[in-house]
Amino acid sequence: MARAVNTQRKAINTAAAWTVALLIFFPILWTILTSFKTEAQAISDPPVFFAFDWTLENYGVVLERSNYSRFLWNSIIIAGGSTILGILIAVPAAWSMAFVPSKRTKDILLWMLSTKMLPAVGVLYPIYLLFIKLGLLDSRTGLVIVLMLMNLPIIVWMLYTYFKEIPGEILEAARMDGASLKEEIVHILTPMAIPGIASTLLLNFILAWNEAFWTLNLTAAKAAPLTAFIASYSSPEGLFYAKLSAASTMAIAPILVLGWFSQKQLVSGLTFGAVK
Amino acid sequence: MATQHSRSAARIMMAPAVILLLGWMLVPLSMTLYFSFKKFLPLRGGDLGWVGFENYVRFVTSSAFWPSVVTTLVIVGGVLLITVFLGVLLAILLNQPMWGQGIVRILVISPFFVMPTVSALVWKNMFMDPVNGLFAHLWKAFGATPVEWLSDVSMGSIIMIVSWQWLPFATLILLTAIQSLDREQLEAAEMDGAQPLQRFAFITVPHLSRAVTIVILIQTIFLLAIFAEIFVTTGGAFGTRTLTYLIYQRVLESQNVGLGSAGGVYAIILANIIAIFLMRIVGKNLDA
Repeated sequence: MARAVNTQRKAINTAAAWTVALLIFFPILWTILTSFKTEAQAISDPPVFFAFDWTLENYGVVLERSNYSRFLWNSIIIAGGSTILGILIAVPAAWSMAFVPSKRTKDILLWMLSTKMLPAVGVLYPIYLLFIKLGLLDSRTGLVIVLMLMNLPIIVWMLYTYFKEIPGEILEAARMDGASLKEEIVHILTPMAIPGIASTLLLNFILAWNEAFWTLNLTAAKAAPLTAFIASYSSPEGLFYAKLSAASTMAIAPILVLGWFSQKQLVSGLTFGAVK
Repeated sequence: MATQHSRSAARIMMAPAVILLLGWMLVPLSMTLYFSFKKFLPLRGGDLGWVGFENYVRFVTSSAFWPSVVTTLVIVGGVLLITVFLGVLLAILLNQPMWGQGIVRILVISPFFVMPTVSALVWKNMFMDPVNGLFAHLWKAFGATPVEWLSDVSMGSIIMIVSWQWLPFATLILLTAIQSLDREQLEAAEMDGAQPLQRFAFITVPHLSRAVTIVILIQTIFLLAIFAEIFVTTGGAFGTRTLTYLIYQRVLESQNVGLGSAGGVYAIILANIIAIFLMRIVGKNLDA
């Protein structure tokens, strides 16, 4: 009897949860579906959901006309470059804060976090000016640097949270066996820290990929990543829903998949360890 | 425990990150402060000298300032209200036993990974367009006149788009918090005769309050800075000009750097007030 009730409750929960989940996911689903339609079908009333002539034409047009691959390449370089650079700088810092903590460690960590709270628009012009002076405007190097600095506090925090969970005794044992600092890092810490580094990499890659303040304001033609490419669709000419959908799908698909893998790390990463 | 040697090594290892962030904070910030006391119009004469607090006064007394503050607060408040309320409900629902929980989680979290320019454009065109949008089709199907979403209900539309982006984040954090709730405590309360509603009010809600606070603080910091959603949809028209957008327009569109910088200083102060509260909570967590 109790089991029957439980199964029934489970069925109700399942139905409710799936309905809500599909509703939330619908705009993404609709974008993906529309990307395979013809422009006429994309705006047809009543809308067609699955019973249309599936076509890859839009993808071909987007790839051909808009130099999509250059934007994609810029996105990969900017997001990847800023994340990797950030991790290279953050690993030693997080390592020393986790394993050689001092009285000031907590203050330094909180101070780093506070730089993240600085509203970008408050320093827009100085950065813009510095970029002009240094010849970094509309360059990938410039964006790599800015996005690296922007995400550096999150990277340090995430790594710190992971490193702190590595038992310190192992390091002490290695130290007693005469391991140097370098050996300690390369042979002991790194293998244990790789899962944490990997999830930090993933989450910050996603954040950098989707960043849309600096990428829109500091690029023009050369270094513009996908965020800017998509924004250029905001003043359309003629029928364009299917092409917009194809471009959007291509811009979000890789990150959506990466995001699904990193959803568990997302919580502790973005709440700076305050929710686990 | 740490030797003198390892301590100085630690300092050296920390140095690059600390120096970079210090520079990233101090250099632009002091430049913003510097410009905020100048009449500076790069395209119309450049640096026209010191003006004291004139920019600060002009920014606050301009007719665009208070509406932009109200717009900012309404967007931030509206999105927080929607995402926290629906987030709690959704987290409770997702925590129930069900089939396909993994897939449901993936579907719910997805909007968070969509880049802001894409979600703004998709909503603007494919859903909210008064002629070809899905909502227009839906309204017509029921015999109603399609709504001009982004001009007639511009604020509601933007709040809706941004809420859609941030609901997954709130849900995921609240779900994580619910999952860490002590089952035994709930069972003990049930045995003592507490009704489901009582268990929810006296055990689940207090347990969630911390997670809710963190959701509110972190979202506020990101929501104060939303840019692409407005840039792509209304461009600041129809009463959707937030403080961030107003400063952006002063600095890059009208190239009035002094005025924009003064606005930037206000934005920094506003963000810092919120940041202080967040720091307290995160700092407490470090001690625990």
